[in-house]
Amino acid sequence: MSGASFQGTRSIPHLTSERLLIKGGRVVNDDQSFYADVYVEDGVIKQVGENLVVPGGVRVVEAEGRMVIPGGIDTNTCLNKAYLDSPPVDDFYQGTKAALAGGTTMIIDHVTPQPGTSLLQVFEQWQEVADRKCCCDYSLHVDIPQWDEGVKDELEVLVQEKGINSFQVYMAYKDLFQMTDTQLYEAFSFLSNLGAVVLVHAENGDLIAQEQKKILEMGITGPEGHPLSRPEELEAEAVFRAITIGNRVNCPVYITRVMSKSAADTLTQARRKGCVVFGEPLTASLATDGSHYWNRNWAKAAACVTSPPLSPDPTTPQHLHTLLACGDLQVVGSGHCAYSTAQKAIGKDNFTLIPEGTNGLEERMGFVWDRAAALGKMDENQFVAVTSTNAAKIFNLYPRKGRIAVGSDADIVIWDPDRIKTITAKLQQSALEYNIFEGMECRGVPVLVVSQGRVVYEDDKLNVQQGTGRFIPRKPFPDHAYQRINTRNKVIGRQAVSRGVYDGPVYDVPSTPKYITPAPSAKTSPTTQQPPPIRNLHQSNFSLSGAQVDDNVPRRSGHRIIAPPGGRSNITSLG
Amino acid sequence: MAEARRALSREDELPVYLARSGTADQAARQKHGGLFCSVEGAYESKTIDFDALSVGQRGSRTPRGQKGVDTETPSSVNSAHEFKKATELKHDVDKALLSNDESDRLLIKGGRIVNDDQSFCADIYMEDGLIKQIGDNLIVPGGVKTIEADGKMVIPGGIDIHTHFQMPYRGTTTVDDFCQGTKAALAGGTTMIVDHVIPEPGSSLVEAFERWREWADEKSCCDYSLHVDITHWNDSVKQEVEILLKEKGVNSFQVYMAYKDLYQMSNSELYEIFTFLGELGGIVQVHAENGEIIAEEQARMLEIGITGPEGHVLSRPEELEAEAVFRAVTIASQTNCPLYVTRVMSKSAADIISQARKKGNVVFGEPITASLGTDGTHYWSKNWAKAASYVTSPPLSPDPTTPDYLNTMLASGDLNVTGSAHCTFSVAQKAIGKDDFTQIPEGVNGVEERMSLIWDKAVVSGKMDENLFVAVTSTNAAKILNLYPRKGRIAVGSDSDLVIWDPDLVKTVTAKTHNSAAEYNVFEGMELRGAPMLVICQGKIVLEDGKLQATSGLGRFIPCSSFPDFAYKRIKARKQLAVLRAVPRGMYDGPVSDFIPMSRGATPSASTRSSPTKAPIRNLHQSGFSLAGNPKLLHNVIKGNSVSMSFRKH
Repeated sequence: MSGASFQGTRSIPHLTSERLLIKGGRVVNDDQSFYADVYVEDGVIKQVGENLVVPGGVRVVEAEGRMVIPGGIDTNTCLNKAYLDSPPVDDFYQGTKAALAGGTTMIIDHVTPQPGTSLLQVFEQWQEVADRKCCCDYSLHVDIPQWDEGVKDELEVLVQEKGINSFQVYMAYKDLFQMTDTQLYEAFSFLSNLGAVVLVHAENGDLIAQEQKKILEMGITGPEGHPLSRPEELEAEAVFRAITIGNRVNCPVYITRVMSKSAADTLTQARRKGCVVFGEPLTASLATDGSHYWNRNWAKAAACVTSPPLSPDPTTPQHLHTLLACGDLQVVGSGHCAYSTAQKAIGKDNFTLIPEGTNGLEERMGFVWDRAAALGKMDENQFVAVTSTNAAKIFNLYPRKGRIAVGSDADIVIWDPDRIKTITAKLQQSALEYNIFEGMECRGVPVLVVSQGRVVYEDDKLNVQQGTGRFIPRKPFPDHAYQRINTRNKVIGRQAVSRGVYDGPVYDVPSTPKYITPAPSAKTSPTTQQPPPIRNLHQSNFSLSGAQVDDNVPRRSGHRIIAPPGGRSNITSLG
Repeated sequence: MAEARRALSREDELPVYLARSGTADQAARQKHGGLFCSVEGAYESKTIDFDALSVGQRGSRTPRGQKGVDTETPSSVNSAHEFKKATELKHDVDKALLSNDESDRLLIKGGRIVNDDQSFCADIYMEDGLIKQIGDNLIVPGGVKTIEADGKMVIPGGIDIHTHFQMPYRGTTTVDDFCQGTKAALAGGTTMIVDHVIPEPGSSLVEAFERWREWADEKSCCDYSLHVDITHWNDSVKQEVEILLKEKGVNSFQVYMAYKDLYQMSNSELYEIFTFLGELGGIVQVHAENGEIIAEEQARMLEIGITGPEGHVLSRPEELEAEAVFRAVTIASQTNCPLYVTRVMSKSAADIISQARKKGNVVFGEPITASLGTDGTHYWSKNWAKAASYVTSPPLSPDPTTPDYLNTMLASGDLNVTGSAHCTFSVAQKAIGKDDFTQIPEGVNGVEERMSLIWDKAVVSGKMDENLFVAVTSTNAAKILNLYPRKGRIAVGSDSDLVIWDPDLVKTVTAKTHNSAAEYNVFEGMELRGAPMLVICQGKIVLEDGKLQATSGLGRFIPCSSFPDFAYKRIKARKQLAVLRAVPRGMYDGPVSDFIPMSRGATPSASTRSSPTKAPIRNLHQSGFSLAGNPKLLHNVIKGNSVSMSFRKH
């Protein structure tokens, strides 16, 4: 809108105003609300309290009793994720403008390297683009497109030197990003040793591939094929599996994009059992449902295509809000990834080619207020927690972000809980032609947004400058996720039972050559003799069961003869 | 009652000499409740004449046939005499296999018949291995052997739906072969077993099936049927599965989600197998454990120096079982295929099944004797041999409340059938893994203890009634295998596999007296209330007075047919409903982003693919995928040289 076009020239005087006093507001943090003034200097909150003593000449903003909340943190955006080499229409500049207009003062974007590329390089490329364009502070998640030894070194560098503490793995996108359970297990254990949070895109990619094939064969090529081929069960299944693996290796798991009731319920149950797991619903899943996939207007239907898909069950948003309110889901992201209709039309004859992503960055805070806080599902403190504080805690930004306190960054929003705004693509900051929330009324809007101590949004006008956003590095081992993990690591000590040496008869396995272990006698007592070549033990175990065909081929002929029952046909059939 | 009526209406099929007649004579008989005996003694010296109630039927009070049956005046002396006579005859029977011998005819008097739907007091007359008549005051030919049930329960013989007798394992076999194993089964009141055929990966399923049949035909003492395990998957296996289903009488196939690099199937393979079997009307059984994670956990356990049997349970925690069950349920639901989860060993796995059933999925869960009777604390036993004897997969849960919980689930109908997964190895065989728990051959006993254990744990404690007991030990299994009502029910025309059950007999389980050849019994020392008093298999008494008289080789293979109603009725109905339709839309004629960055502007691809209706869908799909990958392939695609790599860029 108009503010955007003016800002280039007019914003400078505002930016110089480094000192700011917010008077007469009600400060709302995640734990309490209180009336206080807030004094900001050099982008940091210097004082909070009544009757503050401030230097002269500071700009004074009258909050008039409205809520003063920490700026929102959007944990999931994709503002630079190209699809077939064409970038999304909302880049870091356009996207962060939308964020600020919606009361979000920090984004965490996903770095999405293609398989085979260097994580570090792509990360640096992302950082460079973001530094150039971002209007608000940002941080980055790095997606792991494939798992191998080389990735490990890069991850270590990213965690220890680059300030990244969260990495996403995929259980979907077969033959592209998808990891096997074994790889997930390794990735989880590796990342938990590094102290990182594992983000999981949870959908069963194998089954999706099968379903997509089936549905295309049935002649369904439009966007409705998208939710049909990705039913919510597959999401729930993958969530369950991810949590199981996370729990096995004692690693905190963060489920990105909780889109369906069953996935959320699975997550809730896991939390009841004590698993360290976090869930992130998206703006889209909180505000709309998947009935639009059946819309006659192809472009509108395609605009809703995202993965996991919006659930066709219209009660889903309500359910997710309820879980958010009671703390079973913790964080709200937007999954903002904006592709124009022309880009979406790449998949006009085949839904599997439609680039995935919806908008939601600008609408995120508003919908949580409208659907949960305004209805009495959650209070204002919980609202702050799910839109900002929890994210800051999970990703180790707290209390620098996510709280109004002395010493915190001056990312502050004055929130008007009663103003109603109608969402429409005409008035949004995003460059998209379609807004999936088109026409919805939303109660609760920011009236003033302060980012890095500067007023960037006021009277429906944005005053931003490209490139002012800073990269916020994050340290590993966030307390919110890792305190419990660390304690459990100490508590869980597994011990072998000390037994006498078994000296009874041992059935002589004819296929001894398969038994690679050189010295069984040396390994009789597990306690005294710890490490005979352990790695070998492991490997031998698989081959023993008769699995590795090439291992066995030379040996088998000799041994299977001894096997009397059915050995006869074994030899012939296996030879 | 309806049952009895149906039974009697078959009268016309009976030989003349069996023409029914009423009797005014008093039968000395105990009556304990039941449908026919709601009032004690109310029916003394009365005959319920069902046929008289139905129109157009001959009344049963027709003149009596010939010679009065001696059963009308049974006395303890007489019956004792009868027993002796029968035992003498028994030997002849055994020799003259299945000849139409006199002792093929049996009459059970004064029992209370317990089926899965009702219990009632009635006599049962059997001939030629079939139940011929059920009712009061039956007219039977002379010289039949009569058994006085004295008001005890007469139940359909148990069906153990999961055994591994004579299973080859690395050049050796399990110590209980088909003879030993089925003897143990009969001793425990189980008159039919269903064994698993496990072909070596890469070998022929049909050949393995034939081999198993050969072994079982030679040795089995009771009727049997076979599941076939699918240990690898390709097109030739597909054909074999079809042959087995359509010609060989196998309707259930097991797939493995565990045993990485050996039997384990990927999700895609599972999807294909489920789809395929769902179309052919087979039952998919899954061994549900996440094999990949198990492999990792095993490696970790060995690394930290845990090599004993406790490593087995530590590396296979129950959440991995629950995870796999969840996944299997999801795949089955996607492919609309009935699912059967073998070996439900833990609370969490049972919970998942229960939840899935509540959501409407067609899924059956099979706890095994071991999981219903004991727990995994024994893995920490100081006695290696004892600890190793408990090794089975999925492992027994270390949570001691598990057996109780599973019995409750069985009683509530959330779990449906019980097996034993009887697979016994000697201590020497188990000792293959004395230095590495991953090498311990897996399997526990349970075929003999199964029925008693469920009676003791569930019925005696009041969790389930006797009818449900029959359902979970026999009827449900028969229904899933599509053998109902031939098996799993006491009705006219059913096989005469019967058990007279003594609900109060207490036996102590011990390896010294059990019928299995294993040295250890995982239920050692347990006192179980409820045991078979008399077992009739194929119309012959095989267990009486604690003596087992089984003959190996008598067991017949019972072919199972596809599309069992119990599982497939719902599936079929859903198939008709689940039709997906495309949304009819006008053609999208807006701009299409050019996704070949080099040749922006020229959109040859878009124009060729503008009409979704004209282009063959299959090609469209394939071209789509390859496009996403390497733009250079585009030209090939347009020419029709498509690459069927299915991935999606996002």
